[in-house]
Amino acid sequence: MVSYIIRRVIYAIPILIGVNIITFALFFVVNTPDDIARMQLGVKRVTPEAVANWKHEHGYDKPLLYNAGAQGRSKFTDTIFYRKSVRMFAFDFGLSDDGRDIAYEIRTRMGPSLAIAVPAFIVGLLVNISFALLIAFFRATYLDFWGVVVCVAMMSISGLFYIIGGQYLVSKLWNLVPISGFDFGFDTPKFVILPVIVGVISGIGSGTRWYRTIFLEEINKDYVRTARAKGLSEIRVLFKHVLKNAMIPILTGVVVVIPLLFLGSLITESFFGIPGLGSYTIDAINSQDFAVVRAMVFIGSVFYIVGLILTDISYTMVDPRIRLA
Amino acid sequence: MPLIPAVLWTDALIYLLLALIVLFAWYVRGRPHLAAPWKRVAQSKSGMIAATVLAAYLAVGLLDSIHFRLPIEGNGAKRVYSVEALSIFDLLVNPLRTRVEKTYSAPLAAYLFAKETIQLPDGAEIRDYPRLKYGGANLRDPVSERAADIARRVFYSLVLAALAWMVVAAILVRLVAMRRKRDFRETAMAMWRGENEIPWNAILITFGTLMLFAFPVAILSAHYHVFGTDKVGQDVLYLSLKSIRTGLIIGTLTTLVMLPFALAMGIMAGYFRGWVDDGIQYFYTTLSSIPDVLLIAAAVLMMQVFMDSHPQMFPTVTERADFRLLFLCIILGVTSWTSLCRLLRGETLKLRELEYIQAAHAFGVSHLRIMARHILPNVMHIVLITVVLSFSGLVLAEAVLTYVGVGVDPSMISFGNMINSARLEMAREPAVWWSLFAAFLFMFVLVLAANLFADAVRDAFDPRVRVAAGLPAPKG
Repeated sequence: MVSYIIRRVIYAIPILIGVNIITFALFFVVNTPDDIARMQLGVKRVTPEAVANWKHEHGYDKPLLYNAGAQGRSKFTDTIFYRKSVRMFAFDFGLSDDGRDIAYEIRTRMGPSLAIAVPAFIVGLLVNISFALLIAFFRATYLDFWGVVVCVAMMSISGLFYIIGGQYLVSKLWNLVPISGFDFGFDTPKFVILPVIVGVISGIGSGTRWYRTIFLEEINKDYVRTARAKGLSEIRVLFKHVLKNAMIPILTGVVVVIPLLFLGSLITESFFGIPGLGSYTIDAINSQDFAVVRAMVFIGSVFYIVGLILTDISYTMVDPRIRLA
Repeated sequence: MPLIPAVLWTDALIYLLLALIVLFAWYVRGRPHLAAPWKRVAQSKSGMIAATVLAAYLAVGLLDSIHFRLPIEGNGAKRVYSVEALSIFDLLVNPLRTRVEKTYSAPLAAYLFAKETIQLPDGAEIRDYPRLKYGGANLRDPVSERAADIARRVFYSLVLAALAWMVVAAILVRLVAMRRKRDFRETAMAMWRGENEIPWNAILITFGTLMLFAFPVAILSAHYHVFGTDKVGQDVLYLSLKSIRTGLIIGTLTTLVMLPFALAMGIMAGYFRGWVDDGIQYFYTTLSSIPDVLLIAAAVLMMQVFMDSHPQMFPTVTERADFRLLFLCIILGVTSWTSLCRLLRGETLKLRELEYIQAAHAFGVSHLRIMARHILPNVMHIVLITVVLSFSGLVLAEAVLTYVGVGVDPSMISFGNMINSARLEMAREPAVWWSLFAAFLFMFVLVLAANLFADAVRDAFDPRVRVAAGLPAPKG
């Protein structure tokens, strides 16, 4: 087990190097630092000195890959590639283009992101699985048919409508909770409840349908027939046998997103004004802060790979047949 | 009136896609093993209902994809052409496009949404809601006449819709009767009872329902703004109809633009195996490990910098917006490409072991020829399924990405831009709900139809579903 995890982590390194090279190519080769500087400075103030000054302040005034003018090791380390890309492996993201410490921002903004993402994730999972079990219990009846119809209709609605509609109804018409904002402490639930509910509702359609397919696939298998033949009640069959055996396909989809919860949701956080990583990213995109976007791309990939490893580990927990070696 | 065509990149590509689909359909016709699943799609009731609705959307989108530039003034060699590219659709609904009010007005309203200072004929000034320039302009006293006028027009249009439906239904029955060499009455009854393989009754009922909505909207829009007007007074119905093209392009071209790449990589990985396979797998694992939104955001940001530093490449606003749309399709394709590549690789791995490929090897056919002639046609259905299955998700993604600021150009009419502006309108007092409602309605119907059609396609191609339903599993 431990050796397996170590091997997986080692496998992840070439992939992260690949991600790093892709982002480097995207940010520094497609457009030169001069272009970025001009963009940041705006049209009016562009003089060669201003561009050079901006590049110097933000550390973009070095050669891309190889610094012929430096001595010894710093021929390679005193370059944009090393300073901006290689150092990300040590989670050293440097300063954002407006001069703040990215790593510090990320640490402080993780809390609000998690405060929304974790409840939405857990409640959503429970709601979807219970609805799917219910529909599977009533399979091939009108309830099943109309349940699927409602699911397809719900997943055909853009997530933006759920948010705009929820804010309009709950906050503007009924005045139950504030439209947006966030605070730690006693007020937290007040700010968290609406985004969580909206998040859960917007995920019901696709989620329930997805789990229903998984359950129906299991229900047609031989062991389920055997369980019924033994005289077990349908409820017992569903919970003890079907749900347990459906864990593998469920975990495949679920565990991989758990680390990504740290990143928060771009849309939800920006609509509800939550100072998390999602709105941090969206602000960076809108103000064209490339350093932040670059850091988020790297962290996102790291989290994704961690998710994949966790998925494999979770398999061994639910299925004794799977041994990782 | 001489026009000059203005072929946008996305126009050319969408017609290329159409040509490819027609070509593939023609190729499939003669090959029963490829045609069988598509026949099952045609027999599915919900699938054909959805296809009818999608066809209506497609018609609008395709008409909206033939652009040209109108002459403004001058003659002969000195003629000056407008920099704005219009489409055939724009000309068809020209009144909708040109009848612009001052600002917001509610659906079917005759008065503006905001109060203004109006100068009365006798010189006095009052603050009141002014009459609209075009909405309800035919009425003398809107307060008393409007409801009756609207009711009268709706009634006429419903009668017209029924007539139009009957004509189309009669033509359709006639065609089917001719093909089956039966008489008209017998065919009509069979079609009505749903005794044919293709569910004609469902198709005709859907078509009739569409007519029942389309006719009143079309006829009312001659004198009213059916869905109201937006902040700058543009007709919301026009905006919604124009958004269809953007949605269709994002939904379909995304798969198309990455297709050559995905096909080449997927087939090569499955066919050659070994280090080629390893390399390609490493490449797509790396790409897919970057969260989609972030990769798209990073790429679009970089493209903006590129466009700002190369302004000479984009002479008109339309071309600039079009380039951005195409780029968005490409980058969305990069993120969704990996799953298609994986599927193609798996299918090729299976195909390369089959006898006919082995036979081709024995005859000394080159690798390239085997891949092009023997493998490619047999994996094409995966491509089409991917186009269908990913369509609805991409239409929804457009709205989200545009909201984030990395979607289509702000000057391009799209569902995303409509929703984006509606967000602030809902906060007004009283709320301006009609833009949001129209975008919601048009988008919901499109995505719902696409989802239902995708389900029909998936059911037709998935052998497991067929076994569960008690149907014979497809051979091979």
